[in-house]
Amino acid sequence: MNPDFLPSARPISRLIEELNKLPGIGPKSAQRLAYHLLQTPPERTRDLAEAIIAIKQNLRLCSTCLNITDTDPCGICADGTRDTTRICVVEEPIDILPLERTKKFRGLYHVLHGVISPGDGIKPEDLHIRELLDRLNSNSIIEVILATNPNAEGEATSMYIQRLVSPLGIRVTRLARGLPFGGDLEYADDVTLSRAMEGRQEMS
Amino acid sequence: MAARVYRTTGIIIKRNKFGEADRLLTIFTADHGKLRAIAKGAMRPGSKLGGNVELLTHSQLMLARGRNLDIVTQAQALDIFLPMRDSLELMSCGFYLSELVDSFIEENVEDREMFELLLDTLRRLTETGDGERMVRFFELRLLGHLGYTPQLQKCANCDRNLRPETNYYNPAQGGVLCRECGYSDMSAGTISVNAQKVLRLWQRSDIATAGRVKLSTELAREIKGILRDNVRYLLEKQLKSIDWLDRLAGDSSLNCDKAVTQNSNGSQE
Repeated sequence: MNPDFLPSARPISRLIEELNKLPGIGPKSAQRLAYHLLQTPPERTRDLAEAIIAIKQNLRLCSTCLNITDTDPCGICADGTRDTTRICVVEEPIDILPLERTKKFRGLYHVLHGVISPGDGIKPEDLHIRELLDRLNSNSIIEVILATNPNAEGEATSMYIQRLVSPLGIRVTRLARGLPFGGDLEYADDVTLSRAMEGRQEMS
Repeated sequence: MAARVYRTTGIIIKRNKFGEADRLLTIFTADHGKLRAIAKGAMRPGSKLGGNVELLTHSQLMLARGRNLDIVTQAQALDIFLPMRDSLELMSCGFYLSELVDSFIEENVEDREMFELLLDTLRRLTETGDGERMVRFFELRLLGHLGYTPQLQKCANCDRNLRPETNYYNPAQGGVLCRECGYSDMSAGTISVNAQKVLRLWQRSDIATAGRVKLSTELAREIKGILRDNVRYLLEKQLKSIDWLDRLAGDSSLNCDKAVTQNSNGSQE
C-alpha cells in the first residue's frame, strides 16, 4: 500500500487510495473527501456506493448509436419526436451532453468512441465507423453532421468519414469552427481566425 | 543560474492529455532540441494557448522552468500550415513526420539543422501539396543527419565503384551492394538504376530541387520501400503511422511493400 495513505486506519486509507485515483483528486483532496464521508449518515454513503456500482452493472452501449445507456435503444434513439434523417457524429459519449444542452439539434447521434490517431496506432477499425455506415445504408438519412473535436486528429477523422459518406449521396456537414463566445480576437489562434473569416456570415 | 523564463520557437510534434484540461507537449525547438513541457488549460475553449500549441504548429514560445517539466506561459503561432490541415493526405504525412522525429531525436540536445529540415519540409509540403516526395526526401536526409548516410557510390561491402545496373540494397550494410556482394547477401533487396540515381541526386540537392524530380508510380514505390526498410532497420520497429499511410494510399501501395519483401526473400534462394 502507498505509504502516503498509511497513518489512517486501514478502511480509511483504502478509501483515500481509491479516491486518489480519480481525475483531478490529489492526495489532500482524497483525504478530505474520505473524512467527509466518514461523518456523513450511513444511508447517504450507501446511496453513493450504490450509484457507483450501478453505472457498471446496468450501463451498456446503445446498439444503434453506441451512446452509454441503461435501456436499449437509448433514450434519444427511442424518442419518437426526434428527426431520424440527421445523424450527428461525436467522438465520445460525453460530447452529447453539451450538444443536447443547446437544444439546437433534434436529430440522432453516433458515438465513435475515439478518433483516428496514426501516431498512437489508432485506426478506423478501432472506432465505430462501420456501424455508422451500416446505419446510413439501412435508413433514410439525408445529413451527417461531423462534430469531432477541432484538432489534428478530430479533423483527420472527419475528413476520413466524409470520404466514406459523400459517395452515398448523403449531405456531409462539419460543425463551424470560429471564435468562442466571450473570447477575445487578440488571443485567437490563426487557424481559428482563418476559419472564422472563411465562414463569415451576412448579418440580417 | 539559468534564467527562469526563456524564449524559443518550436514545432509541436506530440501532445498528450495531462490532467483535466492541460496538455503535455513534445516540442522540437530551434535552440534546445526536443523537450517536453506542460501547456496549462490548453484544452479549454478560449484558452489563449489552445490553437497555438496544436500538433504541427510552428510557434513562438515562452517557457518557464519547472521542477520536472517546463511550463508554456505564452505561445504565438508563426506558421500553422493551413493547407496541410485541409488535406487528409498531407496531414497524414505530417503525422508520420512527427512520429519519425519523435522516435529518432534525443531529448534536450540542440539540433538546429534537423529543426530547419523539419520546418522546410512542412513548408514545402504545404506550398506544393506534394507530401510523398517531401517525406522521402526528409527520410533520406534524416538518415544522413544521424550518421547513417546510405552509401550510394561504391559497394558498401567491397568498396568497388558501382556499375549502372540493378544492384542490391541492405540497410545493415549501410547502402548499395554490387551484384556480386548483393547476390549472396540473404537480407539484401534489389535497387533499380533509377532509384540509385534519384537517391544520389537527393543526397546532394536542396529540397526545392528534390521536389522537381519526376518519379513514376513504380519508382516512387521502390524508393518508399527502400527508405522505409532503412528506417525500420535503424529503429528496430515499425512506426505506427505507416499502417495508416498505406491505407490512405490504397491497396496498391500495400502490395508494393509486399513486393519489396518478396524481393529480399527472392534473393535468399
